[in-house]
This record gives sequence, C-alpha cells and structure tokens, in this order.
Amino acid sequence: MTHFAAVVLFALFASIVFGITQRETPQRMVRYGAYCFVLFVAAAIVLSWLMFLIAR
Amino acid sequence: MATEENKNAAAGGGSVYLPLIAGWLVPGAGHFLLRKWGRGALLAASILGMFALGIAMQGKVYANAHDILDILGLAGDLGSGLLYVVSRVAGWGADQMQVTTADYGTRFIVVAGLLNVISAVDAHNLRTGRKS
Repeated sequence: MTHFAAVVLFALFASIVFGITQRETPQRMVRYGAYCFVLFVAAAIVLSWLMFLIAR
Repeated sequence: MATEENKNAAAGGGSVYLPLIAGWLVPGAGHFLLRKWGRGALLAASILGMFALGIAMQGKVYANAHDILDILGLAGDLGSGLLYVVSRVAGWGADQMQVTTADYGTRFIVVAGLLNVISAVDAHNLRTGRKS
C-alpha cells in the first residue's frame, strides 16, 4: 500500500464517522463527511509538499 | 415540539447507558440497538476497516505503557472495546514496529479506537434525545 492510499483510506473512514456523528440530517452528514474528506486529503498533500521543499 | 420524555421514548427502551456500552464493546452496536441500521453499518464498516487495515500493516497493539506516549496509545487502543481484547488474545499486530508501514498501522489501530468512542457517545446522545 502506498502512503497516499493509506492517507485516502484514513481520510475516508474518519470522514464517514465524523459525518455521521457530528451532524443530524443525512444530507448534512454527507456534506460534512465530504468536507472533512477533502480537508484531510488536501492537508496531507499540502503538508507533504511543504516537507519535500523543506528537506531539499 | 417534542418533549424530553417523547424524545427518550422514540429513542428506544432499556438502560440509557446500554447503547453507549454496546457501542464501545462492538463498533456500531449502539446504533443497531436504536434501530439506526444504516448509520450503524457505516460506522461499523469504517471502524472495523480501519482496525483491520492497521493489523494488516503490522501495526503495534499496545499491551503495556512505559511512558506517556504509550499510555496515550493504550488508551486509544482500549477504545476499540472487544476488538482490542480479541486482538490481544489472538496475538494480532506486532509487539515491535519492524517495517515502515507499521507506524501507519499503529496509528490506524489507535484512531479506530478513538472513532469507536465517538461513535458510542453518539449512540448515547441518540438514546437520551440530545441528538435526533
């Protein structure tokens, strides 16, 4: 498993739980879950590039 | 407007803490008790999936705590309830991290426990009527 695949799976599972537990209606659960997923993955990509550039 | 008693009645019978304890012991069980089948199935699949991936990546299952980080890891692992007991009895996971992915696996296992605690508290909130 690649690091990125691990990040995506982590984000997927955590976002599902966050969406279901932090919102009340199904529509808002899906929207919040998708929002968390995008934030997780985007943050991982941004931080990865930052670490790559710092390490150079 | 629903009163507190009506909300409790709609949430199901039994002890107020039963969904909390069931949800902690078995991922999704608290929601199943409250007949929230879809939510329970998704929570169970997510938590079990994360735990299984952690084990598959040879993550460490904390057995004892020597320092503060170990204590935090053990607390997270204990959030998995019976999954933790089963993994300890069956000898799943690694005692020492020996491969690169094992560090990820260890985090997956800890976070699966923490997500399970969130899920169990959500079931408790549904039972008390704090959440619909």
